[in-house]
Amino acid sequence: MSAVAIRCEKIAKRYRIGVGRHDTLRDQIAEGVSRLFQPAKGGEAPGTLWALRDVSFEVQAGEVAGIIGRNGAGKSTLLKILSRITEPTQGRAVLFGRVGSLLEVGTGFHPELTGRENIFLNGAILGMRREEIQQKFDEIVAFSEIERFLDTPVKRYSSGMYVRLAFAVAAHLEPEILLVDEVLAVGDVAFQRKCLGKMGEVAGEGRTVLFVSHNMAAVQALCTRGIFLRKGTIWFDGSINDTISTYLRTLEEIPGQDLAERVERRGKGALRLTRVEISEGETMPAGILAAGRPAQFSFYLTGTRSDLTCTFTIYDQYGKPVANFNSATLGPEDVYDAAFGPRITCELDELLLAPGRYRINVALTAGNELEDHLEGAAFFDVDPGQLRGRPVHAHSKYGVVTMPHRWKVPLDL
Amino acid sequence: MKDPVKSRPFAAAAMDNVLNPEGFSGVVIQPSRGWGGLPLGEVWRFRELVFFLVWRDLKVRYRQSVLGALWIIIQPLVTMAVFSLIFNRFLGIDSGNDVPYPVFSYTALLPWMYFSNSLSRCSNSLVGNAALISKIYFPRLIVPLSAVLPGLVDFLIAFVILLGMLLYYGIWPGWAILTLPLLLLLAMITTLGVGLWLSALNVQYRDVQYITPFLIQVWMYATPIIYSTSRIPERWLWLYNLNPMVGVVQSFRRILLNDQSFGGVSWPSLAIALVILVSGLIYFRQTERIFADVV
Repeated sequence: MSAVAIRCEKIAKRYRIGVGRHDTLRDQIAEGVSRLFQPAKGGEAPGTLWALRDVSFEVQAGEVAGIIGRNGAGKSTLLKILSRITEPTQGRAVLFGRVGSLLEVGTGFHPELTGRENIFLNGAILGMRREEIQQKFDEIVAFSEIERFLDTPVKRYSSGMYVRLAFAVAAHLEPEILLVDEVLAVGDVAFQRKCLGKMGEVAGEGRTVLFVSHNMAAVQALCTRGIFLRKGTIWFDGSINDTISTYLRTLEEIPGQDLAERVERRGKGALRLTRVEISEGETMPAGILAAGRPAQFSFYLTGTRSDLTCTFTIYDQYGKPVANFNSATLGPEDVYDAAFGPRITCELDELLLAPGRYRINVALTAGNELEDHLEGAAFFDVDPGQLRGRPVHAHSKYGVVTMPHRWKVPLDL
Repeated sequence: MKDPVKSRPFAAAAMDNVLNPEGFSGVVIQPSRGWGGLPLGEVWRFRELVFFLVWRDLKVRYRQSVLGALWIIIQPLVTMAVFSLIFNRFLGIDSGNDVPYPVFSYTALLPWMYFSNSLSRCSNSLVGNAALISKIYFPRLIVPLSAVLPGLVDFLIAFVILLGMLLYYGIWPGWAILTLPLLLLLAMITTLGVGLWLSALNVQYRDVQYITPFLIQVWMYATPIIYSTSRIPERWLWLYNLNPMVGVVQSFRRILLNDQSFGGVSWPSLAIALVILVSGLIYFRQTERIFADVV
């Protein structure tokens, strides 16, 4: 008989947006005064947002469950509630066993302290006892690969070293229930693989893990069960493969052509993306691309600014990022002209993608501020085609990128 | 097109005891009601975190400063020198008896600096640790609590200097010196009480950042640091004595300089310190649930 490790019963969380953040006494007083003259109306107050609604599920001890969903679907809020950082507005959750949570790598690291000192501090913050840290100290240091810099203040570390050390401490936390939020999105690939291995080890030891990630490959590799959150509710709960395919399918549901209407987005919103057009060129039909042919990505915006940067990433059908394009990295062929209007275009001479289905995430930034970020802003299919005279066939099982190349074959033709 | 929500059936609640034969060892998470009591057990479980936060504060404070820990004694010594020059020499304020003014003011500065430094640290503690609060769970009380502890180390170091000064002036305090820890405890209670209020308010209202230094300044004038209590008009003494720090500073002087027994702390001021602490705890516990969302 397996035991329940996590039980959530109708968890709900309401946020008041725009109210209560850093407000000054003056605002509070002004609001109180205006409330005097406007008696409370029934119904929902404006500016409230239900980040989670009626979320109920159970996780068995030893189960490794992945929570997936778009930004703003409530994944992180759920983990924050389960790790007791914030309270649910309604509902109840019970966790059976010692809980460890890892919502961010390196929380509580102090830049002035040395690596050695930070191991102890961070360990204590994560809930480890001193003897426990001392016991695992060598293991942590070995895992982080920073032996030589143990007595250097971490402010002099490279970001890679910093992340390695931070993850090493966290990875040696040994709770019965581990809550992990998107921490593998950092560090170099080799280290990421190592972290993933460590997580797999933890899972293999029979601990219960709740894992939030955008990295579908990682989720698929680690988890047996998937919970797909959408708009704050559980949309699907089942085996990890079914959950991922459900999730990817919903990404493709075209939510009305007007992207401006989409609510699942991040950023300040002074500038927004309204439409994306993907085609081979100006006069070509939209949405049809072929391997080896030109491609053009046009982004229509609500306005324009001189310090505007457009970034977009192409993802394959498994959710893996394939290529990233950033207008802030300047090239000699870039063209600037105010006459383009509130539209920014990215042209590719030849599309080096293998046939298949792709989606793009788009981010707009102005200065250092994120203005708008949309996941699944557009989808497109790449048809089989020709790359410099060589046919590109459809079999995406072995990679999603195609490259111009030539063979030298010891044969007389 | 949309898949129906599939959710697993709940195990019966009665199963809990079967599943956890040694008794319940987990946590129940639900919206809290009321002030939820004092989580003393929780704080005790996290005592090592208190230790590490205090240790971090002490370690980091004077890193990359040339004089390092010397600052702990420079601060009160320089203040004493300035006070002696301006208030004693120029303005003619004296200790009210034959105690030399420098040691008179330094004695008062010790508990006072503990109070003022710890209070300003405490009032910024939650906002300063926002990253921790929004990413990790631990009893939030630990944050203001660990903000009022490092000051004790500074106090001890500055106290050694005071002993040297007493020796220099040939002043011999009596056995009443053993009651000093109690006075320090009163100073701590006052600091923590006010600090709990300010730190929790600061999370929501950043006005507190501007109020705190001003509050400390006004409070200093309402405490006999520069002058002696004998300067306060008789009919206002009852009001003046409500300030818990008056009792602390006054008793420090009595015990160390005038060789009198323990006294000077009025019952009303003690009651006020406790009321501030308890109300601070209640307010803190009540607002604690929104810290992570608002900070």
